[in-house]
Amino acid sequence: MDFLIFQVPMLTLQAVLDGLLLGVLFALIAYGMALQWGVMNIINIAQGDLVILGGYIAYFMYLYGIHPAWGVIVSPIIMYFVGVIIYKLVINKVVDRDLFISILATFGISILFMQLMNFAFGADVVLANSGYGTTMLFDNSVTLPNSKIFSAFISIVFAIGLVIYMKKSKLGRAIRATAQNARAAKILGVDTEKVYAATFGINAALCGVAGALISITFTIHPYMGLPYTIRSFMIVIVAGLGNLPGVAMSGMGLGVFEEFADYILGTEFRIGSVFLLLVLILVYRRFKLSRKREYLK
Amino acid sequence: MKIKNIIITFVSAIAILFSTSVVSLAKVVGDKIILGAAISLTGKYSSNGVHTQNGYNMAVDRINDMGGIKVGGKTYKFDIIYYDDESNPKRAAQLAERLISQDGVEFMLGPYSSGLTKAIAPVTEKYGVPMVEANGASRSLFTKGYKYLFAVLAPANLYLDVAIETAVELNGGKGVRIAQAFEQDAFSQDVRLGILDAAERTGSKIIIDDKLPKELNDMAATLAKVKAVKPDVLVVSGHTKGALTAIRQIAEMKVDVPMLAMTHCDAAKLSKQHGKNSQYALCASQWHKTLTYKDDFFKDGMTYAADFEKLFGYDPPYQSAESSAALLVFKDAFERANSFDQKKVRDALADTNMQTFYGNIKFAEGGQNVDKPMVLFQVMCDDAGKCENKVVAPLKWASAELIHPIPKWSER
Repeated sequence: MDFLIFQVPMLTLQAVLDGLLLGVLFALIAYGMALQWGVMNIINIAQGDLVILGGYIAYFMYLYGIHPAWGVIVSPIIMYFVGVIIYKLVINKVVDRDLFISILATFGISILFMQLMNFAFGADVVLANSGYGTTMLFDNSVTLPNSKIFSAFISIVFAIGLVIYMKKSKLGRAIRATAQNARAAKILGVDTEKVYAATFGINAALCGVAGALISITFTIHPYMGLPYTIRSFMIVIVAGLGNLPGVAMSGMGLGVFEEFADYILGTEFRIGSVFLLLVLILVYRRFKLSRKREYLK
Repeated sequence: MKIKNIIITFVSAIAILFSTSVVSLAKVVGDKIILGAAISLTGKYSSNGVHTQNGYNMAVDRINDMGGIKVGGKTYKFDIIYYDDESNPKRAAQLAERLISQDGVEFMLGPYSSGLTKAIAPVTEKYGVPMVEANGASRSLFTKGYKYLFAVLAPANLYLDVAIETAVELNGGKGVRIAQAFEQDAFSQDVRLGILDAAERTGSKIIIDDKLPKELNDMAATLAKVKAVKPDVLVVSGHTKGALTAIRQIAEMKVDVPMLAMTHCDAAKLSKQHGKNSQYALCASQWHKTLTYKDDFFKDGMTYAADFEKLFGYDPPYQSAESSAALLVFKDAFERANSFDQKKVRDALADTNMQTFYGNIKFAEGGQNVDKPMVLFQVMCDDAGKCENKVVAPLKWASAELIHPIPKWSER
């Protein structure tokens, strides 16, 4: 039984593919987090709850007979406005404060969202069926659900779309300018208030896409948001701020790492091993940083 | 000065009002026996909390309408004080304190879930308040030596061992190879212990033993292992999330196992959410409406289900049925004790030996019901994709024959 993964070579391939497909989806959520963290210096604890809310939009479309895959278009549009409204109501009051205040504020939003979703949609675990079937490779020894492939594909499309938008569009340039130096951008005529609102909206829209994909591939429940917040937080920490290709790499890397930890250490250590990795990376970063400081002295 | 006097009068008036109201709210007021219950009306257990409350309410109305409870030659009616425990164990324990010490409740009904029952049991035990609970199945509740806790349901370790025994039987009495995945929570781990016992008893071997983290909603790795080692039985328990995730991914990954046994299928509305993909899954249940147990109040399972549906508009899950049964147990105990003395009622509860529409009820030393076996039903679908749960074990209650082994995905 020990190290089954090395006895059955196909399991290795299965683990790598599963990890990559999962990682890409997480990377999309982390993308949004990295963006608003970088631009507004806000760690959004409610990130996962926005994801779940996006999932419910796709779920309700499914319930009313619309194919849930359309959720990846409808959900981000609705979620963009949800994001902007949250910004206008709460976030704009904490955006210039220190990180701690923003964590508290978004933590509050997170609790509020959980309870509201529970109140509105009920506490049942739900899912949307895409009916996409399965891709089977090597005589059915490696199976990939098409819904996961679809999720990964859509995540990549949105991620690339976002990068291009940030590079080419006027708003994208304004967002990047604000991220570099908000005061300077303001002096040069950038309406930072508008930039912040748009950034938060874009983040919520990305969460909406991810949520719709999660309702197709996994399950959704009002209280299931926090693991997504933590996961995206970790991906961003590992990648470093403002490093969008890094986010994609670290998302996929963590996905594969997690799958292998599951096979080698056991399912119960899956999440634990990811946290261990996070601690090691933080210690390593700190070590590197302290050497740099000594050098500067 | 004058204002100060007014305030003092006002405050003392309120204080007097409160002190009298505490007295008037005590256990039996006029012709009412007041029971207390902390229930999850909000929070993550709210849907099952509501099932529990509906079960309680339906039984209260039925018992009251059919003549109430006769104690000492007088007729009494049930009434319940509810508080919302927000699905939070700490809150549940506080509310139990409040029900007992402020509201003066002397008899309690249980909350929803093992975790919350665990939080409340020490409180009711401390005050010597008899509690009949219907939704806490964790084995650890019955090994602590509680004297005032009585559960109408079978303990968690018995949930799935019928499945293992059936598999062994179908294998010609030889042991089987079991793959299992359980969530890391008190209930699922108790179910796991039951499987370990059954495996040892039948000479079966456990070849995969995964513990799923609470926040996990992806079982792909476990299922890939299952595909590689080809066990005879796959057992999954992880509440509704576990059941839904397992069925989705088993279908997507085309995992072929001869037998799939799980818990929480009806709470997950498995066949409704997954349709034909859920076909052939074996599910452990405390109760099913087709069982032929009988009592004077609800007649039998089918009548109960029909009446429940009329009142609340949905088919009763077993959580509601067992909650209704708790009230029948209380009524029976009050009448046999012929007193409202907590000690006497407790002793009467301990001597309970009765049949209800939900099943036979007889409590062991630890408070668990030992007279009611679990039932297994199998999800069976017709060609049009309409699925139904049919009882397949124990054989005495079976309304359909077990389909075994499960047909391969390539042949479906």
